[in-house]
Amino acid sequence: MSDKHDVTFTVNGEKRLIRVEPRRSLADALREDCGLTGTHLGCEHGVCGACTVLVDDEPVRSCLMFAVQAEGTRMRTVEGLAIGDKLHPLQQAFWDHHGLQCGFCTPGFLMLAVGILERDPDIAEPELREALSANLCRCTGYQNILKSVLAAAAEMRK
Amino acid sequence: VRWVGRPLRRYEDPVLLQGGGRYTADLAQGARILRFVRSPVARGRILAVNAPPEAAIITAAVLGDVKPISPRLDRPDYVPVAQPILAHERLTYVGEPIAAVIAGTAAEAEDLAEQVTVEIAAETPVVTLDQALAAGAPLVHDIAPQNTLIDARFATHDVAAALAAAHQVVEFTFTSGRQAAMPLEARGAVAVRDSVTGRVTLSASTQMPHLLRTGIADALGIAESELRVVAPEVGGGFGQKMALIPEYIVAVWAARRFACTVAWIEDRLENLTASFHARDQRLHMRGAFDADGRLLAIDADVLCNVGAYSNFPATCGVEPLMALADMPGPYRVPQYRARARAVASNTCPMAPYRGVSRPVITAAMERLMDCAAVRLGLDVLEIRRRNLTAEFPHTSVTGVVQDAGSYREAMEAAARVVDFAQFRARQHKARADGCWLGLGVSVFAERTGPGSPAFAARRMVITPGFERVELAMDPSGFLEARIGSSPHGQGLKTTLAQLIADEIGVSPAEIRVVAGDTDRTPYGWGTFASRSLVIAGGACKLAAVRLRERLQTVASHVLEVAASDIEISDGRAFVRGTDLAIEVRQLARTAYHQSHRFPAIAETGLSAVATYDPYGTFSNACHVAIVAVDIATGQVKIERFVVVEDAGRLINPMIVEGQIHGGVAQGIANALYEEVVYDGGGNILTGSLADYLVPTMAEIPELEIHHLETLTEASVTGAKGVGEGGTIGAPAAVLNAVSDALAPFGVGIFEMPITPQRILQLMREARREAK
Repeated sequence: MSDKHDVTFTVNGEKRLIRVEPRRSLADALREDCGLTGTHLGCEHGVCGACTVLVDDEPVRSCLMFAVQAEGTRMRTVEGLAIGDKLHPLQQAFWDHHGLQCGFCTPGFLMLAVGILERDPDIAEPELREALSANLCRCTGYQNILKSVLAAAAEMRK
Repeated sequence: VRWVGRPLRRYEDPVLLQGGGRYTADLAQGARILRFVRSPVARGRILAVNAPPEAAIITAAVLGDVKPISPRLDRPDYVPVAQPILAHERLTYVGEPIAAVIAGTAAEAEDLAEQVTVEIAAETPVVTLDQALAAGAPLVHDIAPQNTLIDARFATHDVAAALAAAHQVVEFTFTSGRQAAMPLEARGAVAVRDSVTGRVTLSASTQMPHLLRTGIADALGIAESELRVVAPEVGGGFGQKMALIPEYIVAVWAARRFACTVAWIEDRLENLTASFHARDQRLHMRGAFDADGRLLAIDADVLCNVGAYSNFPATCGVEPLMALADMPGPYRVPQYRARARAVASNTCPMAPYRGVSRPVITAAMERLMDCAAVRLGLDVLEIRRRNLTAEFPHTSVTGVVQDAGSYREAMEAAARVVDFAQFRARQHKARADGCWLGLGVSVFAERTGPGSPAFAARRMVITPGFERVELAMDPSGFLEARIGSSPHGQGLKTTLAQLIADEIGVSPAEIRVVAGDTDRTPYGWGTFASRSLVIAGGACKLAAVRLRERLQTVASHVLEVAASDIEISDGRAFVRGTDLAIEVRQLARTAYHQSHRFPAIAETGLSAVATYDPYGTFSNACHVAIVAVDIATGQVKIERFVVVEDAGRLINPMIVEGQIHGGVAQGIANALYEEVVYDGGGNILTGSLADYLVPTMAEIPELEIHHLETLTEASVTGAKGVGEGGTIGAPAAVLNAVSDALAPFGVGIFEMPITPQRILQLMREARREAK
């Protein structure tokens, strides 16, 4: 278990080299080896989606992927969304429309939504609702998350 | 500018949106990791605990004289069961902590824990209420005969006569499955020992930092000053995080003993199996009605399966005693008899969960109303009109005083929004097409913000209630409000800043609310019982009024007018009717740096403290659900969900609606999806989120929310609590709607969650009976 492997990838545009056990999950690697604790762990068995990050632009549950599988990939996490003080349109929309309460699921929802909207900027509401049902939120009842993502989609199309 | 009433965006959010929120697990970098070895059996005796020789293992013997968790109620019928920090002889539920190991990483700690073997003589457990109450049942605790930890009774004199004289007696048994609060962030602790002072700082995902400090200090036999408890960002709690738990005590003990930083980060399996559950209840209901549909009496027998231990500080009385006191809800109930028992079993203990018993008793009462309406040939609205309390204040049959509310008005408003006549026509037409639509109504009153009198009435030895707020303006004119309550995601800091801003006349952006740190805040009770806005908000307002008076005093000296002529708004103190003014920040600087000019405020400076301890106030609401039931699959789809809510004055309507959205979603989950399932051996079958079905965006409909604002003197801010109402009202509306949809088949729903399998089973039974 203790043989460690070198893994190289980029996170939020920054090149990283980490040394990890083969069993280390990508989520743990991001949180502990890269210090990016914005990616949260809600279940560690791939249901809640709190740990969603973008791996080569695809939303991925980082608790279900080994860090070694991320070799050579380009990843994005919640920490990379804002540019300086300027929030990403999705972050802004979640703030404007009360799309978060405790905030624990929020990074996962944001990254999921970024992935969805980048792939399909004109996604219709029923399909969006279906796609966002990939992740769990316990506080908001989802209504304001949907509202936030719809508002961001409109803003991003401008 | 007035801030109260505005849907101000939350000050909490920018950090959280950028991944900067520091939750407990984020503070565990560099910590030694604690992993618990838990009981694999529901009942048995420990024969031996064997660990690899090199392992640092913590067992009950190692803990020595650390005291057990001993929740107390001052009631003769209460059996005070104490929970050992680590099991040393008896095992009483699957997941009970037996030992703990410490390692450098989480993975190593898990490896180590797997190498610990526990020799156990397993015994047959009692899992269900029936098993626990059966004659000769094994006892979970020898000191609790019939496995009964609480046996509370209430009766007025003429219940039997009312039942005998009734035109109709509606009788049924209502069952609620066991549920889990399932905060998305599980629990966790990071205990850091200061190498110089030996003092420990515990960061924990908790709703009650001060109570944790008291409970842990008592368990370890240390002064509270030896311990600081911090609640960092808390990823939801919903009641599950308002109890003292063995894991926190072991974490602090280990940090002291091993002089290192120790972290315990609960995983989801532990959270679903071994944290706390709720709502495992069975009610036998009898409701007596006269020929006009007026309630004459309620006779209720309430059984709560409370699991293996009592929780601290709320105790296992939290569900049965709430049911006993609050069963009548929004209705006039002239005669009332109830027995409410807390029954121990070899299952995970209960703790409060959003709504506490009221989602279940409201569902039972609302099913009672609908059943009576059918029997009496009355409309579901009409029978409620005849029974809802309309005059306030109203003292309920159990002596609970309900302040001004809008029980009937909320229902009538909901009926107007939904247009019942139009729905009935649509339902009729749909039935002809083999489409089964139903409408369900739920009306409830919700006690919110109860202070110490309410908890004293429950005979809690640790009696929660007051909140204290310390408000201070610094020399730059910036305000800090230190509160005893401790938010866990509901936006309290923003809401309180709005309240304070209006009283002082500054912007809420210039107010920092400090919470969740026992070193920085006055002793308080935390977040539960829809109390934070009512009680901490009330204390904020009272403190702010005092501080404004102090500012007026300073301004009156500086501007050389009477203090009563000074008004403060928009960051300026000015003489009413003139343009003579001074900036608040200038006043602040002057008050500090030229204090000799202001002997009137020498004692306090620009600070103020206030404590608020109200009796409590009642929010109320009406929920209406319209559902379609697919009788081929048993699936229920919610087509429409309307809420008319009266939470008094809305401080931040956006946050209020967010609370309702989330509450209703959990109520719908309770009604249709979520259930903790045990097998006959007391093993949990729902230990993952693939089995414990938390609804997603695909299941939760868009809510329509309408507000009424009954202003009450029972709350100094006029605001009533709103944290739990959604969860309390929604199950009843959904169950009544499903029952309405299936009425043509003779099916009525008396259980939750009403899963597809259960609907199909009820349909089969109804068909068999019809033959």
